[in-house]
Amino acid sequence: MIPGISIYEILTVTSILFFIGVYGFITRTNLISILISVELMLNASVVNFVIINKYLFPEVLQGVYFSIFIIAVAAAETALAVSIIINLYRQISSVEVKDIETMKY
Amino acid sequence: MNLNHIILIPLIPLAVFLILGLFYNKIKPAVSGYVGVLGLLISTSLAFYSAYNYFFVIGKTEGVYQTIVEKTVWMNFTDSLHIDMGILVDPISVMMLIVVSVISLMVHIYSRGYMKGDPGYTKYFAFLSLFTFSMYGLVLATNLFQIYIFWELVGVSSYLLIGYYYTKESAVAAAKKAFVVTRFADLGFLIGILIIGYYTGTFDFETLNNPEGTSILNWASTSFMGLSALTWALVLIFIGGAGKSAMFPLHIWLPDAMEGPTPVSALIHAATMVVAGVYLVARLFPMYYFIEDGFALNIVAFVGAFTALFAAVIAITQTDIKRVLAFSTMSQLGYMMLALGVSGYEGHEGLGYMASMFHLFTHAMFKALLFLCAGSVIHAIHSNYLKDMGGLRKYMPITNITFLIAALAIAGVPPLAGFWSKDEILVAAFEHNKFLYIIGLFVAGLTAFYIFRIYFGIFWGKEGAYKNKPHESPWSMTTPLLILAFLSIVGGFIPFSEFISADQAGFETHMNYPLAAIAVFAGLIGIGLSWLFYKKENELADKFANRLGVLFTSAFHKFYFDELYLFVTKKILFNIIARSAARFDKKYVDGTMVGIGNQTVNTSEKIKGLQSGKVQDYAFAFIAGAVVIAIIFIYIWTN
Repeated sequence: MIPGISIYEILTVTSILFFIGVYGFITRTNLISILISVELMLNASVVNFVIINKYLFPEVLQGVYFSIFIIAVAAAETALAVSIIINLYRQISSVEVKDIETMKY
Repeated sequence: MNLNHIILIPLIPLAVFLILGLFYNKIKPAVSGYVGVLGLLISTSLAFYSAYNYFFVIGKTEGVYQTIVEKTVWMNFTDSLHIDMGILVDPISVMMLIVVSVISLMVHIYSRGYMKGDPGYTKYFAFLSLFTFSMYGLVLATNLFQIYIFWELVGVSSYLLIGYYYTKESAVAAAKKAFVVTRFADLGFLIGILIIGYYTGTFDFETLNNPEGTSILNWASTSFMGLSALTWALVLIFIGGAGKSAMFPLHIWLPDAMEGPTPVSALIHAATMVVAGVYLVARLFPMYYFIEDGFALNIVAFVGAFTALFAAVIAITQTDIKRVLAFSTMSQLGYMMLALGVSGYEGHEGLGYMASMFHLFTHAMFKALLFLCAGSVIHAIHSNYLKDMGGLRKYMPITNITFLIAALAIAGVPPLAGFWSKDEILVAAFEHNKFLYIIGLFVAGLTAFYIFRIYFGIFWGKEGAYKNKPHESPWSMTTPLLILAFLSIVGGFIPFSEFISADQAGFETHMNYPLAAIAVFAGLIGIGLSWLFYKKENELADKFANRLGVLFTSAFHKFYFDELYLFVTKKILFNIIARSAARFDKKYVDGTMVGIGNQTVNTSEKIKGLQSGKVQDYAFAFIAGAVVIAIIFIYIWTN
C-alpha cells in the first residue's frame, strides 16, 4: 500500500507502458528495438503482478514471487534472442526485419 | 446323407492350387507335377466313390433319383431372398463330377510329359488345379448365384491358361478375346439371374425346377414385350451359356483359345468348361421346358442346330489341326444344345435331355482324346499345320491308333461311344422336328468327313519334310491316350438312360435300327469321301475346293465373323461411341475436377500475401484480434 497513490493510477501507468511496448513491437523495423519493446511489455505485466498482490491480497506473496520468475524467464529469453540476432547478423549482416522475411520458408 | 467326402472333391484341387501358387519358387518342377496328379487322383477316387454311392446305394427312392442338397445361408438380401453356398447332388452333377475328374486327371498326367522343361511348370499345374476346383464348384452349385461365381472363376482360369505363353502376342490377344466375349455373354446371364430373383424370390435350383412349384406354375403372371418375364430371363441365361459353350454368334473366342497349351485345350476347351453352357441349360431344364411352353427351349434348339452346321462347315476348311478340333467341339456342343432343345420331360419323352448328357459324357472322352493326340503330334513335329504333317503312322503307332479310335467314335461308327450318344440325339430330333433331324444328319456326315480329313492328313498322305525324325511321345503322354481310347470304346455301353433323365426317374431306351443305320451310313459316306480326297496325295480335294469357289473361301475365313466383330467393335464402338464418350470424359468430367484444382491454386495465389513472413504483421493481427474480442466481452458484460 503506497499512501496517496491509488491502484487505478498505477494500473493506468502500466497499461500505458504495455501499449507503448505493443506499439514499438509493431512499428519498429529493427530486431533489437523489437526485443526492447517486448521487454517493456513484460515489465508492465511484472509491475501489474506486484501491484495487484500489494493492493488486493497483501497477506500473501505469490504475485511478488511470480514477478521474480518472469524476470528470470525474460532474462533467459533475452539471452537467447540476442544470440539468435548475433548469429543472424553474422549470416546476412543485417538485423532489419525486412531482410529476414525468407525465414518463413 | 453324409456329403463330407463330396465337399472334399473340390477342396483338394483348391488346396493344391494354394500350395503350388504360394510356394511357386520353392517347389521343384518334378515335385509340383506329382502334387497336382496326386491331389487329383484323390479327388477322382472320391468322385467315383460318390458316384457309386449315389447311383447304386442311396440315390434312389421309389425309383426316382433324389436331389440331395446341403447348404448354408451365405448372404441375406431379404427375409426370403438369400444366396446359399452348398453342394447339390443329383444325377447330372454326379455325372459331371466323373467327367471333370477323369479328363482332368488324364490331362494332369499328360501334362507332366507335354510341359516337361517348361519354365512355368509349377504355375501351369497351379492354374490347372484352380480350374479343376472352379469346375467342380460349378458342377456342384446349389443355386444360380453360386453357379455364377464359379462360372466366372472358370472364365478366369481359362483366361490364365489360354494366355499361358504370355510372351506370345497372339496368345495374349486370344486370352483377352476369350475373356471379353464370355464376359459380355455373362452380362446376359447376370441380368437373367436378377430377373429370376426378382420375380420368383429365390435362386435355388430345387425350388425353381419343381414342376409343381410357384415359379413354374405362375410363369404367365408377368409379361414383358409379348413374352413372360421368366422367358426373357431364360433367354438371357442361355446367352450366358452360349458364350461359354461357344454357340453362334458368340463362338469367335473358341478357335483363338487354341493358343493355349494343348492339354489345356483338351481339358477346358473341349471337355469341361465349354460344356458348362449345356450343363446350365440342363440344370434349369424344367424351367426351360415348362415356362411358356418351351419358347426359350426352341431358341436353344435352333441356335444349337445352326451352330452345329455352321461350325462343321468351317471345320472342313481349316488347316490348323487344333482349330479343326475347336470347330468340331463347337459343332458337337451345338449337337448337345440341339438335343436339349428337342427334349420332353417325362419318361421316354425326355430322350433328348438324356441324349444330350450322354453325348456330353462321350464327347468329353473322345474329344479330349483327339486333342491329346493332336498335342502328341504337335509335340513330335512342333507345328500345328496340316501341311507340315503326313505319314506319321510309322513313327507314332500309339498316337495313330488312339486318334483313329477317337475319330471313329466322333464319326459315329458302332460300337464306339459316339455312335450311341449321337444316335440318341438323332432319334430325339427325329421325333420332335424333322427339319432339325435333317440338319443333325448332315452334320453327322460332315463330322466324319472333316475328322478323317485331318486323320489322313496327319498319319497318311505324303510324308512331311521333317528336320528330325519324329518319335512316339513318352509313356506319361501315351498312357492317358490309351485310357481315354479305352473309355471311348466302352463309354457307349453304359445304360445312361437308367441313370439320367429329365424327371430323374430313368427309362429304357431301345435301338431305333432304321435311324441308326441312316446315321451310320451318313458317317461312312463322310469317311469314304475323305478317304478318296486325302488318303493319297491327289488333286481331287483342291479341284473340289475350286469348284465351290466363294463358299470355300468364306468358310476358310470362318465366314468373316472375326472381321465382322472387328468392324463392329473397332469402327462402330470405338470410333463413334468410345471416342465421343472419351471426349465427354475429358471435357466435362476431367474438366470439373481439373477446374476445382485450378481454382484452389488461383485462390491460394491470391491470398498467400497474408502470410508475409513478417512477425510484426502476425503480431498486429493477433493484437487486433485480442482487442476486438476484449471489446466484445466488455460490451456483453456491461449490458
